[in-house]
Amino acid sequence: MKLAVLSGKGGTGKTFISVNLVNSLENTDYFDCDVEEPNGDLFFQSELVKELPVKVMLPSFDKEKCNNCRECVEACTFNALALVGEDMLLFESICHSCGVCTFVCKQKAISEVPKQTGVIEIGKSGDSKVVTGKLNMGEAIGVPVISGVLDLMDDTRNSVIDCPPGSACSVVESAQKADYCLLVAEPTSFGFHNFKMVEELAKVLNKPYAVVINKAESKNNIVSNYCKKNNVKVLETFLFDRKIAQDNSKGEICTSNNEKMKERFVSLFENINNDWQRSLK
Amino acid sequence: MIIAVPVDEMEENSSVCISFGRAPFYLIFDDEKKTFDYFDNNSAFNAQGGAGIKAAQSLVDRNVDVVITYRCGENASKVLNGKAKIYRAEKVNAKMNIEMFIAGNLQLLNKVSPGLHGHAQQSEK
Amino acid sequence: MKKILILSGKGGTGKTTVAASLIEYLNTKTIADCDVDAPNLHLLLKVKDPKEKDFIGSKKAFIDVDKCVSCGLCAEKCRFDAIHPFEGSYKVDEISCEGCSMCSLVCPSGAVSFYDDKSGTLQKYTEGYDFSTACLKLGRGNSGKLVSEVKRNMIIKDTEKYAVLDGSPGIGCPVIASISGVDWVMLVAEPTLSGFSDLKRIVSTAKAFELNLGLCVNKADINMEITQEIIDYCNAEGVYYLGLIPYDKSVLKALKNNKLIIDVPSAAGDALRNVFKEFKQLLEKEN
Repeated sequence: MKLAVLSGKGGTGKTFISVNLVNSLENTDYFDCDVEEPNGDLFFQSELVKELPVKVMLPSFDKEKCNNCRECVEACTFNALALVGEDMLLFESICHSCGVCTFVCKQKAISEVPKQTGVIEIGKSGDSKVVTGKLNMGEAIGVPVISGVLDLMDDTRNSVIDCPPGSACSVVESAQKADYCLLVAEPTSFGFHNFKMVEELAKVLNKPYAVVINKAESKNNIVSNYCKKNNVKVLETFLFDRKIAQDNSKGEICTSNNEKMKERFVSLFENINNDWQRSLK
Repeated sequence: MIIAVPVDEMEENSSVCISFGRAPFYLIFDDEKKTFDYFDNNSAFNAQGGAGIKAAQSLVDRNVDVVITYRCGENASKVLNGKAKIYRAEKVNAKMNIEMFIAGNLQLLNKVSPGLHGHAQQSEK
Repeated sequence: MKKILILSGKGGTGKTTVAASLIEYLNTKTIADCDVDAPNLHLLLKVKDPKEKDFIGSKKAFIDVDKCVSCGLCAEKCRFDAIHPFEGSYKVDEISCEGCSMCSLVCPSGAVSFYDDKSGTLQKYTEGYDFSTACLKLGRGNSGKLVSEVKRNMIIKDTEKYAVLDGSPGIGCPVIASISGVDWVMLVAEPTLSGFSDLKRIVSTAKAFELNLGLCVNKADINMEITQEIIDYCNAEGVYYLGLIPYDKSVLKALKNNKLIIDVPSAAGDALRNVFKEFKQLLEKEN
């Protein structure tokens, strides 16, 4: 099963949930799609096995063939090109690699060359693959890195996808290939407000989903009440635990030395799996 | 000499727009003819990205020699490089800024804001 | 008017909570919520009935089924995997479409047109505050452009001393759009491995701009070792250290009741007031 872990708000515990799920299960790999600030491997400290560059195609201009007609500049929706005198300027990080400039050039003066915008680190932690996407600083478009990370999912194993916060295009890209969405919610008014947004996203993407409530004061809270009213499954509630927070701050994986917690994560996954199987019928 | 100022309204006494790329209009002053003209910067204003680049391209196309602005991004300044000098606007209206420039009372804009999306690359030749 | 932006790098450190209290402390009326992906500030400030305006992010493609000859060239050439076969013709997925126009360039029958995509809603609250914010539609990009619009909608009066902007998490487009033109960035850090790692990224991003950086450590006693590392880091990087705020359960209670932390008598409330006192002194020293 490919499981996407999402939250509307940052800091609710996506990585906490994702990392502990992978750590508690067999035959399960971890995919960090928060490519601007990936954090999962701070916990796994995985052994690096391979590094894959992520490349996008950029236009390259042949000055000899160019007749300064500027059709490419005008055709670029993203304003990544400027013609100053006879010099063509390309603003690489704005270029979306759409291929339009190359297509419109009547002089065939434009060709495409690859440029690295990020890297995918593949590591091993126990029997799990830990895949981390990292967008290079200064680059704006994370989608190709996310896409590259997800290409490494193995259909014969479980994949836990740690998604970026929010509901923008990078989140959509991260969750698109998932079979099921696990929404992590924090029962504060902010957390609740943002949870509703990400619930809507799961619906728009047409994915079966369920909720985990994290950092709760009690099992009865603003999120649980909403879920009850709206027939949304809450599969687990983790109460705020200072010790866990402290261990987490040091990069410790709580299910590595807490059997009870490990059992809870194993059950959580079983419940997700059962719900997913039910949804397939 | 052609002087350009990003403005909020199409008139000489308009305030200088705080944005370079997403200024609604540009005032173009021709120092020889002593004329004030304007152009609608809507293609840059509405651009989904690269607004500074687009605005700068429009200025280069109009053979602007001097730009008076509060801010200018790194990408836009790369487009203007060698074609137009960038001066820092003072907190007075557009016309007064132009007068101050002519009197030699404006400073060059030394610090450009880092680009939203990195640097321009010269095309391979 | 001094513009103060609250950032953190990592999400969930307490930006919005701190921003709302700072707004009250400085008695600021000019504010903005730049976290257009997940705006929250309005919840704490208890404002309602904003004036709304559509935000057009970009153009997206639309295929006219009547003109389409089902050649599939558009789908083949689209680099964003945004066009798929649909009921004998082809359909554009509005979330994936980037509006590049490749499809219309290759279409032999002129079946592709473009429409303005309403990517979000700009909002202005005018009662009690001059509060500008926005909400990005699900799955959209162009958050940088939307943040720039939010800032443009703020009314900058020289009669007001300060403007406070609540930022968004991360280091990408929307964050950079929010940093541009501000005078101070106040960083809300948390003493965790992830938090410190993300903090370093945001500091190096912010330092490229001409502004002052201040920092407070929130939930500091969760890990005093990392808190100290952060303080040392501030000293090394020229970031003004403003103080620390202990983890305090009364904060959760306050948030649940939509109350501002500095209005709740508590260890966190007191600590936050001290952070603000320190910060205000720095703001006034600048004059």
